[in-house]
Amino acid sequence: MLKKHEALEKNSILMLIFVVITISIGGIIEIVPLFRMETTIEPVKGVRPYTPLELAGQNVYIREGCYGCHSQQVRALRDEVERYGHYSLAAESMYDHPFQWGSKRTGPDLARVGGKYSDDWHVAHMIDPRALVPESIMPGYAHLSRRGADIDDIGQDMIALRMVGVPYTDEMIANAHSDALAQAADESDAVDGLMERYSKVNARNFDGQPTTTEMDALIAYLQVLGTMAELQDYKHDGTKRSGE
Amino acid sequence: MNMLAEKPNYNDEIVKLFTIATVFWGVTGFLVGVFIALQMAFPALNIGEYLTFGRLRPLHTSAVIFAFGGNALFATSYFAVQRTCRTRLWGDGWAKFTFWGYQFFIVLAALGYVTGVTQAKEYAEPEWYADLWLTFVWVAYLIVFLMTLKNRKEPHIYVANWFFLGFIVTVAVLHLVNNISIPVSIFGAKSYPLWGGVQAAMIQWWYGHNAVGFFLTAGFLGIMYYFVPKRAGRPVYSYRLSILHFWSLIFMYIWAGPHHLHYTALPDWAQTLGMTFSIMLWMPSWGGMINGMMTLSGAWHKLREDPVLKFMIISLAFYGMSTFEGPLMSIKAVNALSHYTDWTIGHVHSGALGWVAFISFGAIYHLVPVLWKRPGLYSLKLVNTHLWISTIGIVLYIAAMWVSGIMEGLMWRSYDALGFLEYSFVETVAAKHIPYLIRAFGGILFLSGSLIMVYNLIKTVRGDAAPEENLYPAEDAGETVHA
Repeated sequence: MLKKHEALEKNSILMLIFVVITISIGGIIEIVPLFRMETTIEPVKGVRPYTPLELAGQNVYIREGCYGCHSQQVRALRDEVERYGHYSLAAESMYDHPFQWGSKRTGPDLARVGGKYSDDWHVAHMIDPRALVPESIMPGYAHLSRRGADIDDIGQDMIALRMVGVPYTDEMIANAHSDALAQAADESDAVDGLMERYSKVNARNFDGQPTTTEMDALIAYLQVLGTMAELQDYKHDGTKRSGE
Repeated sequence: MNMLAEKPNYNDEIVKLFTIATVFWGVTGFLVGVFIALQMAFPALNIGEYLTFGRLRPLHTSAVIFAFGGNALFATSYFAVQRTCRTRLWGDGWAKFTFWGYQFFIVLAALGYVTGVTQAKEYAEPEWYADLWLTFVWVAYLIVFLMTLKNRKEPHIYVANWFFLGFIVTVAVLHLVNNISIPVSIFGAKSYPLWGGVQAAMIQWWYGHNAVGFFLTAGFLGIMYYFVPKRAGRPVYSYRLSILHFWSLIFMYIWAGPHHLHYTALPDWAQTLGMTFSIMLWMPSWGGMINGMMTLSGAWHKLREDPVLKFMIISLAFYGMSTFEGPLMSIKAVNALSHYTDWTIGHVHSGALGWVAFISFGAIYHLVPVLWKRPGLYSLKLVNTHLWISTIGIVLYIAAMWVSGIMEGLMWRSYDALGFLEYSFVETVAAKHIPYLIRAFGGILFLSGSLIMVYNLIKTVRGDAAPEENLYPAEDAGETVHA
């Protein structure tokens, strides 16, 4: 072995090539098979791409680094399922670029936070978390109420997402801006079109202000988390899968 | 020790620059760390929009891993590769580009985090334009390193250089694959990563765990393989073990990523593979630790006299400890408890503070008198003070995180007599306040130690009279450590 290894020790390029081969094996075996979707992501009814407003909300979530303290992945463990709800399915995050599973729960998991709290609760909690939860150590995000949501060019974001595989249609992209406004408006004629393009949309004025703010966007995003998949149809024993 | 006569004209200016950057970013990173640790104990410290925990946390991780660790790796690899090849570093201009290019990357990334520009991928937060820039810098680094190897006057490539080479190449591969993304506009910062959902999770932790495995392990093992034998004045304990250590470590590390995704929506076979290789990884890790520690065979007395060597050996002890804890935590049953908790944070810091920072401090203390041609360090007593104050800081840190992590893990899964979950989430948050205070105090000690180092190094460089006789003359003797 020592004699043969000498060849590597005397040739930097040969050593470089051997290193690349050695480090490639594990990655290839673990990653490449995951792209055979049918074995990785069991189909579940109901999962759709985010609406333009929800997408703007996810961008706020990313910008503020929420993933540093909140996971979005309920593990298949008894206490987690009881605390947060049905364990997370691969299909539920298939349109998340990037995924937001997180790695730390300084705050609670948010994979199924949608519908758990009222919009008013979220607004008050974002502005001053300790007003509602005295023991909380979350930072306040009052500035979200003061700033307009970044939706003017949200169609451009959707075009980029379509390039990485999120199935946005031309119609969705063309109506992106008006859909975003309609979702957070008190009343809007455009809301019917929004409902047609996206299933099960929460359309309402989330923060109660007349303008469409980052707070609207973030709450629209939080309120849809974990609510898309029709879990009552999902059978986890592998014998019968919905959507097949 | 026979080559004193014809010493090549080494490029030490570049090593000096990287050494200064290492110390500067190190202190900055520790300072941000202390601040965010205090934010977790006193949330009122989340001031305004730009200094929240969410934005400062990537600033801290990037500052310590890429700015402190990265500059330490540049400095030590450029220093060691010249000595072990007995040739000047190839390409002065290229080397300079790697220095300024890398500092520019750090500033670019840091400005992004504070203003909310992030990919939201842990340890890969910089957006597409910073990633692209880093790619250029990294390719230049690889070229400088390879060309210097090519120009070597020694027949063999020394083992430290295998590790440096492995680290540079693998980090390039990881960086490129994990960061592929589509910018929304050429003129905007925002991009969307190519990978989504479960595949993104797998690729991210393949990247993330190997940022640990190659950036923070293989690279720093390169430091160990050069500086420990150098400081101890002994050849590496076992040449065979070095070969076994290198190839088994780089082969197995790559597989370990899925242990970050136990019980998630990642397919079970991948989780099991990740766990299996993580456990096997214990062996090469300890093989390397033993190889480093046993290098002191016949020179153990130096450990009593030389606090710089002490830094290196304690770092190996921490390395051994955290590479035992890691495989333990990768076991699914243990991970069910430890994942998402502070235990992980404690584990990371026993590696980052105990291993990465300590071996770097050891190397820096060795380098500065050599680079600035001083007779020795200003004060070995202060090195000793730094060593102990920091060690106590680390022990407080990791013990506090064990307590808070295991406690919250147990509280989350605790049931009352009627079969309901016993604690609400926020009760677990409140219970962690005291451990958070202890952790912050540990961090303050560690930071204080690093400030003592800064003082000692400044005094050394200024050439202030060394208050005591020094053990290790700066004279840069022949470098044939093995063979």
